[in-house]
This record gives sequence, structure tokens and C-alpha cells, in this order.
Amino acid sequence: MTTVLVYLDHAGASLAKGERELLSLGASLGDVAVALAGEAEQTYLDGIGSYGVGTVYRPASAEVSDVLVAGKAVFLTEAVRAAGAGIVLLGNSYEAKEIAGRAGVRLESGVITDVVALDGDLTATKADFAGSYTVDCRVRTGIPILTIKPNSVEAAEAGISSSPREERLAVDVPVAAARVTGRTEKPASGRPELTEARVIVAGGRGVDGDFGPLEELADVLGGAVGASRAATDAGWIEHSAQIGQTGKTVSPQLYISVGISGAIQQKAGMQTSKVIVAINKDADSPVFEIADFGVVGDLRSVLPQATEEIRKRGL
Amino acid sequence: MDEAPAAGLRIAVLVKHVPDAQFDRHISGEDLTTDRSESILSELDEYALEAALQLVETHGGAAGGHRITAITMGPAAAVAAVKKSLQIGADDGVHLSDGALAGSDASSTSRALAALLQHSGPFDLILTGMASTDGETSLVPAQLAERLSLPQVTFAASLDLGRAGDGWMLTARRDNDTYAETIEAPLPALVSVTDQINDPRYPNFKGIMAAKKKQITTLSVADFGLDASEVGRAGSWTSVEAAAPRPPRSQGVVIMDEGDAGIRLVDFLAGQKLL
Ligand SMILES: Cc1cc2nc3c(=O)[nH]c(=O)nc-3n(C[C@H](O)[C@H](O)[C@H](O)COP(=O)(O)OP(=O)(O)OC[C@H]3O[C@@H](n4cnc5c(N)ncnc54)[C@H](O)[C@@H]3O)c2cc1C
Ligand SMILES: Nc1ncnc2c1ncn2[C@@H]1O[C@H](COP(=O)(O)O)[C@@H](O)[C@H]1O
Repeated sequence: MTTVLVYLDHAGASLAKGERELLSLGASLGDVAVALAGEAEQTYLDGIGSYGVGTVYRPASAEVSDVLVAGKAVFLTEAVRAAGAGIVLLGNSYEAKEIAGRAGVRLESGVITDVVALDGDLTATKADFAGSYTVDCRVRTGIPILTIKPNSVEAAEAGISSSPREERLAVDVPVAAARVTGRTEKPASGRPELTEARVIVAGGRGVDGDFGPLEELADVLGGAVGASRAATDAGWIEHSAQIGQTGKTVSPQLYISVGISGAIQQKAGMQTSKVIVAINKDADSPVFEIADFGVVGDLRSVLPQATEEIRKRGL
Repeated sequence: MDEAPAAGLRIAVLVKHVPDAQFDRHISGEDLTTDRSESILSELDEYALEAALQLVETHGGAAGGHRITAITMGPAAAVAAVKKSLQIGADDGVHLSDGALAGSDASSTSRALAALLQHSGPFDLILTGMASTDGETSLVPAQLAERLSLPQVTFAASLDLGRAGDGWMLTARRDNDTYAETIEAPLPALVSVTDQINDPRYPNFKGIMAAKKKQITTLSVADFGLDASEVGRAGSWTSVEAAAPRPPRSQGVVIMDEGDAGIRLVDFLAGQKLL
């Protein structure tokens, strides 16, 4: 059976949803081994074990994380060799794609990013041109290295209880590398991750500095809060909340666009959402062209009324 | 302000000619290649060029002996990306144009650009955009750093240069989801920049006139010793098997708020089983 190497990079107590999806996909394709770059707690390792993972490869020294990307790419390459892997799966963060890209060069192997579906013969499907095209790709040379978008596969409940063997790999971190000299944590919002959320309420310039009504609606829906670049540029919300071409690409079950005009760069990040709702006071806003349900109105009255109604119905 | 070293900085800015996102974009033909008829300098590469211009201005300006070279790889029309870069302020340009390059994926693009950079360099700093607005893989900068054994500073949201001994040290900020990083690297290095880093300038009349006198070198892969089989579709490690336009989203219902739109919105969500 093929060995599928899943690359994980985490520092938490439990597996994130996207990580469980990767392990589930891996298990559907072969025997899963894991390359784990970051430090992890025992509960996290137990989580990996519950997917029937045989071996967890880890770097022998923490130095791989002190430099940007280069060290982790060498680590992944070493793990692919040690595992004799025939397929490599990673998440789809910027950094994961870059690690995939560099490891691809080292292993002379093709890399496909932004994969949303993978069939049995490893044909990978992705969206192109801001979601306006669907493209099927294949790796022709080397070991297929694929970065998988969150929400693309079901995260199966694992339930196998096994303790994977741990193997430490010596990693020669390249001398010509950029050093990480400082890290500042950003405050956590307590809401779901944008790329993993089922529901997203996103605000734009029309929000005029006050995300309060959006946060309240997001909270009754158990959703995340996102934004257009106009709103993040204005400093009303963290840059990491930006959705679009240069922000995150999301495809939740429900995307509620509030006070956003719907520029092409914004659409690039959200138009593959299952259901799109738009609230905008200008009936000519392009966002209405892609909305399943549009409200021409002022967000300051529509949002509180909707939030109140959901509460009233006890939903 | 730092003093420029005698030789000045040699900066390469990688600029790509991409289909304009304001128009419908197509993949067509038997080879499933991108239709490049309505194409422009990738907006995201303008941030890289602006970063180069600001570094030069901070470190002695025109008197500093620095040189910014705009480099593109693409078909004949792609020279437009270099020309625009020269109008905005780059000093000279290189256009890698060769029929053999058609159908390049990231691996073969980075192989060709790496060989080109070695041929046209040495460069102290290679600047790129965060992603090309057509391919959107962001693989090329990382693969270039790997191939050229250069420190990789990608997704820089800020960039500064300072003198360190005889050389230069760069510092950058990179924003991740949960934390911000500060990064340090000696030159030579490869840096990709985000759209957070600056506000790109437009070409002005003086720049447009000056650009006419600037030199553009056109090269083919044989000029720097690459074989046609190593690049383009032949040299790619991935292939596109099929491409189809997604059916456009059909427009749904749009209602005017008559005081009850919030409630009608909740009715819609309930009907879609989204509550
Ligand atoms: C290279 C590049 C990359 C970019 N990347 C991104 C990206 O990743 N993501 C992104 O979003 N943008 C991106 N942009 C910017 C994009 O082009 C638009 O400028 C931006 O999306 C506009 O944001 P907005 O819709 O919030 O603001 P606007 O276009 O100003 O729209 C505000 C809307 O709010 C409505 N409004 C105002 N008041 C109210 C009210 N009280 N109630 C209801 N509606 C109201 C208005 O009718 C208007 O439609 C990028 C641009 C470039 C050049
Ligand atoms: N054909 C090309 N010519 C010049 N630069 C390129 C080319 N392809 C990619 N680049 C550079 O690499 C960056 C990232 O591209 P990509 O990896 O394709 O998303 C772009 O912003 C450009 O700076």
C-alpha cells in the first residue's frame, strides 16, 4: 500500500478541523505517516494516533522553525525519504504551499496547490481565475505533493487507538536562510477560523468602523467575522480577517456580505460559497449579481432586526 | 539615512504579464493555455516595483549607483509589463521570450527564471509579488529561493535595509493568522511583498518619456544554456488535464427593505435550513 505522508505544523492541544480532514483524506489513500514540524502536546499526538498513523516524524532540533520556510522544507523532504512516501498532503496556508514548493524542487516532484477534490487516480481539482474556472491537474513527475483546501473533504471520526512510533530526523537547516527574530501573538477572537467556518458574516466600508452588529449576528449563527480590504485597510478589524484575492479564500455554507460592493478581488475570495446573502444600501452594487438573497437596505437596521429575530425564534 | 556602498544595489523585480481580471478570463485551445489577449502588468507586482523604488530612494537615490532591472518571462506581448515598469521607474528590462516556454507550470517557470537571474545578475535583491493574479500559486518565489539557495523572505508586509559590515541586512514583517513575525536576512536574498507594504505610484509624463530611452534585452532560453526540453510544458512536473468555466452564479432574489427585511432574511435562512 502507498504511504501517504501528511505534513502538520501545529502547537496546540488538539487537531484542528483542517488537520483532521488531511488525516482522513490520507487514510482513504493509503497508510498514513505524519511529518510534524512544531512542538505538540501529548493530547495532540494522541489525536494523530486515533487516525491509525504508524509513524510520526519530527525534527531532531527546534531550529527548523527559527528560519523562514527553508528549514521546514528540508525537514519535509527528509520525512518523505524516511517514510518512502508515495503521496504528500499539506494544508493550504501560504506557508504550507511554500514548504510544498521548496520540497517539490528538492524531490523533483510536481506540486498542486488549492486542491478541492482528489479522485482515486490522483487527479486534483481546483478553481482558477477567482473561481470562474474548474481545472483538473495531475502530477506527472515525482511524488505528488498536494496542498488541500479546508472544507474539501469530510473529517472522518477516527477512533482507532494507537500510539504512533516517533522518529526524530536530523535536519540540515540551509545556511542561506532568513531568520525569524521575533513573534508577537495576535489576540484571539474566540470565533471559528475563517477558512473553517460554516457561516461567515463579512463587512466592508459600509460598516463605517462599527463591526458590533456583524459580530452579534455572527455569534447567534456560530459564525466567523470577515472583511473586505477596504475595512481592514481602514484598521477597523485585523488584517487576518480579509477575504479576497490577497486575503483568504473561503467557501462556507453561508456567506453574509454586509456593506461590501463586491469588487472582483473580493469576489475572488468568496464566490464559491454555498449560499450568498448580501446587504447593501445601493441596489446597483455588483455584489447582488452573485447573491442568492439580497437586501437593499441599511445594515444598521437590517442586521439588528435579523439578529433579534433569530434570538426570538430561539434558534 | 544609510550611505550607499560604492557599488550600489542591484535589484531585480519580477513582473508578470497577466490577463486583466476586469474582463472575463479564459483557458482555451487544445493545450488548455491561458488566453492572454487582454493582459496587463500584474497589479501585485506593482507593489514589488514600488518597494524597490522606495529602497533606492531611502539609500541615496539616483546618486547611489543602484540599478533596478524589471524582468518578465512570457510571450511577445509580455514586454508590455517591462515597458510599464520602466515608465514607473525601473532602470532597464529583460524579457525572456521563447516559444519553448509555453505551458510552464511553477516548477518550470522557476527553473527558467532561476537560470535567467543567474545569467543577468548577480543581483543583491530579487523582489517579486505575493502571487501572480492568474496562476495564484505563490510557488514561484519559494521555488526560486530554493533553486538559487537564497534566503527566502516571503509575504513581507514591510521591508527595510540597513548596512551590516560590508554588506546589507534586511528586516521585514510578515503577518500570519495568529502571530506577526519579524524576519532578518543578509543580502543577497529573495523577497516577495504583499499588497500591505506600500501604495504603488503611477507612471507620470516624465517617466513615460524617460522610458523610451531605457534598454530592454530580449533573451531566449538558449542564451543562458537551458534546453527547450527543460522548460515549458515539456519541463513541467504537473499537467492540466481539463478546464471548464464554472456556470456563473444565477442571481437570486433581491428585496427592498420596507422595515421587515431582517425578518424576511431570517425566513430565507430558515427555508435554506441554515439556522
Ligand atoms: C491588488 C489588489 C488586491 C485586492 N485584494 C482585495 C481582497 O483581497 N479583498 C477585498 O475585499 N478587496 C481587495 N481589493 C480591493 C477591491 O478592489 C475593493 O476596493 C474593495 O473590495 C472594496 O471594499 P468594500 O466593498 O468594502 O468598499 P466599497 O467598494 O467602498 O463598498 C462599500 C459598500 O457599502 C455600501 N454601504 C455603505 N453604507 C451602507 C449601509 N449603511 N448599509 C448597507 N450598505 C452600505 C455601499 O453601497 C457600497 O456598495 C484589492 C485591490 C487590489 C488592487
Ligand atoms: N512569468 C513570470 N515572469 C515574471 N515574473 C513571474 C512570472 N511568474 C511568476 N513571477 C513572479 O512570481 C510571483 C509569484 O507568482 P506565482 O508563484 O505564479 O503566484 C509573481 O508575483 C511574479 O513576481
